[in-house]
Amino acid sequence: MSATLLEAKGLCAYYGATQALFGLDLAVEAGGITTLLGANGAGKTTALRALSGMVRVAGEIRFDGRPIAGRPVEQIVRLGIAHVPQGRGTFVRQTVEENLQIGAMTRHDHTEIATDIDRVYGYFPRLRERRRQQAGTLSGGEQQMLAVGRAMMLRPRLMLLDEPSFGLAPLIVQELFDILRALNREANVSILLVEQNASLALDLADHAYLIETGRLVIKGPSRDIRDDETVRRSYLGY
Amino acid sequence: MNWELLLHQVLAGLATGGIYACIALAVVMIYQAIDHLNFAQGEMAMFSTFIAWQLMNWGCPYWVAFVLTIAISFVGGLAIERIVFKPIHDAPILSHIVVFIALFSILNSSAGWIWDYTIKDFPTPFGTRSLIGNGLISAHDGGMIGVTLVLLALLYLFFRHTRIGLAMRAAAANPESARLAGIRVGWMVALGWGMAAAIGAVAGMLIAPVVFLEPNMMIGILLYGFAAAVVGGLTSPGGAVIGGFAVGVIENVAGTFIPYFGRELKLTIALVLIVAVLLVKPSGLFGRSVVSRV
Repeated sequence: MSATLLEAKGLCAYYGATQALFGLDLAVEAGGITTLLGANGAGKTTALRALSGMVRVAGEIRFDGRPIAGRPVEQIVRLGIAHVPQGRGTFVRQTVEENLQIGAMTRHDHTEIATDIDRVYGYFPRLRERRRQQAGTLSGGEQQMLAVGRAMMLRPRLMLLDEPSFGLAPLIVQELFDILRALNREANVSILLVEQNASLALDLADHAYLIETGRLVIKGPSRDIRDDETVRRSYLGY
Repeated sequence: MNWELLLHQVLAGLATGGIYACIALAVVMIYQAIDHLNFAQGEMAMFSTFIAWQLMNWGCPYWVAFVLTIAISFVGGLAIERIVFKPIHDAPILSHIVVFIALFSILNSSAGWIWDYTIKDFPTPFGTRSLIGNGLISAHDGGMIGVTLVLLALLYLFFRHTRIGLAMRAAAANPESARLAGIRVGWMVALGWGMAAAIGAVAGMLIAPVVFLEPNMMIGILLYGFAAAVVGGLTSPGGAVIGGFAVGVIENVAGTFIPYFGRELKLTIALVLIVAVLLVKPSGLFGRSVVSRV
């Protein structure tokens, strides 16, 4: 039984007056990979945005035992939560290497930052080839890798990934997910993964949550969810 | 064609162009930080120049007053952002414009109220002797062009080679993503205002000896500064400086050589330039249009 790194209880989220999450309970184990599944508009992205302070929330969020609900984004990020947003958040006018340096902006250990940039290039050799290029000229897959690389530069303890497979060719997705698995094992980064591609996500994750219109439907070990035919047919569509 | 007259007009144009370049640099700085043109930029520069004048009146030597004014303006710009613009940063663009106009008239009338509307002499540290072409470019014009170029070089180094410069660029380019990287975006915007106010102060202090100090000194010049910034590209500090010199030269040469244009229509040239550039190349001559794949 490993410790809980992130825990949300009764999490609600609001866009203005509209409520988008209704009392969600969620936990990510230290060192684990958890996935959050659901159809379009189920509230997956909102859940991630709520955890990193980008929308107004009610309820309780604890990271490493500390309450973080209601804190500003910049503070939550500095605790070691890296959020790789939907749409990748690329700084298109900056070079690939500048993008990575932006990811390390909260750190002040200059030699270590250089080492970490090298480490990112180790995981993503194609980024090294394009290090001086404007990031906006990269392909979708390369930009997604850059987004993960930028998150790595924070030296996070938890990575929130919002649909990293979106719009990518199957081969690229496989490559990316292999790297995520390696990151989880080698750098001891816990992961909370939001995905449309349920079968892919369930293969990677050890725990899964399934939500619908902002409420929990079912949770459990990925294996059990994958083997539950009713759930698979009615919610996961494969 | 009278070549000597042309050369004279080009040189005189470079001298006035130095003024436009200076103010255009401040315009571009703030545009980079907040994505809007600040109509009150000229009045902020004018107010800073009055502060410098006041300090010198109290007995400060020129360079002490110069440095102090830059520092005060920096803090002032920062304060304007924190107090006035931070609360409305999510508001639609029209709200910003209304606040710009309010800031414009507040600064303009308080300057008039504090220092009255009589025209004041403002000293130059460079002297007024002729540098080139029998008075066409004076020592002060040369000094002004030099300071503008130094300022440009410093800005380049700051934005390209410091981490805080990179953080500011990131915050301007993609605020949400910058926040997710832990950058305090609000403070980066405030810093942009501070820097723009400081650059404006330098511009005001360099322009004042040429146009004389009074509350309305910047109104015409700001229009030329906008023209220069648009010609050069609002995203490019280097382009703004080149745009400034270009506007100065075009204004002088056209005023001299196009019949019936004369001095009265010189201001029209600035407006024609803005429209022409926006029609032909909206990102300006040196502005970057972003290339992006999805």
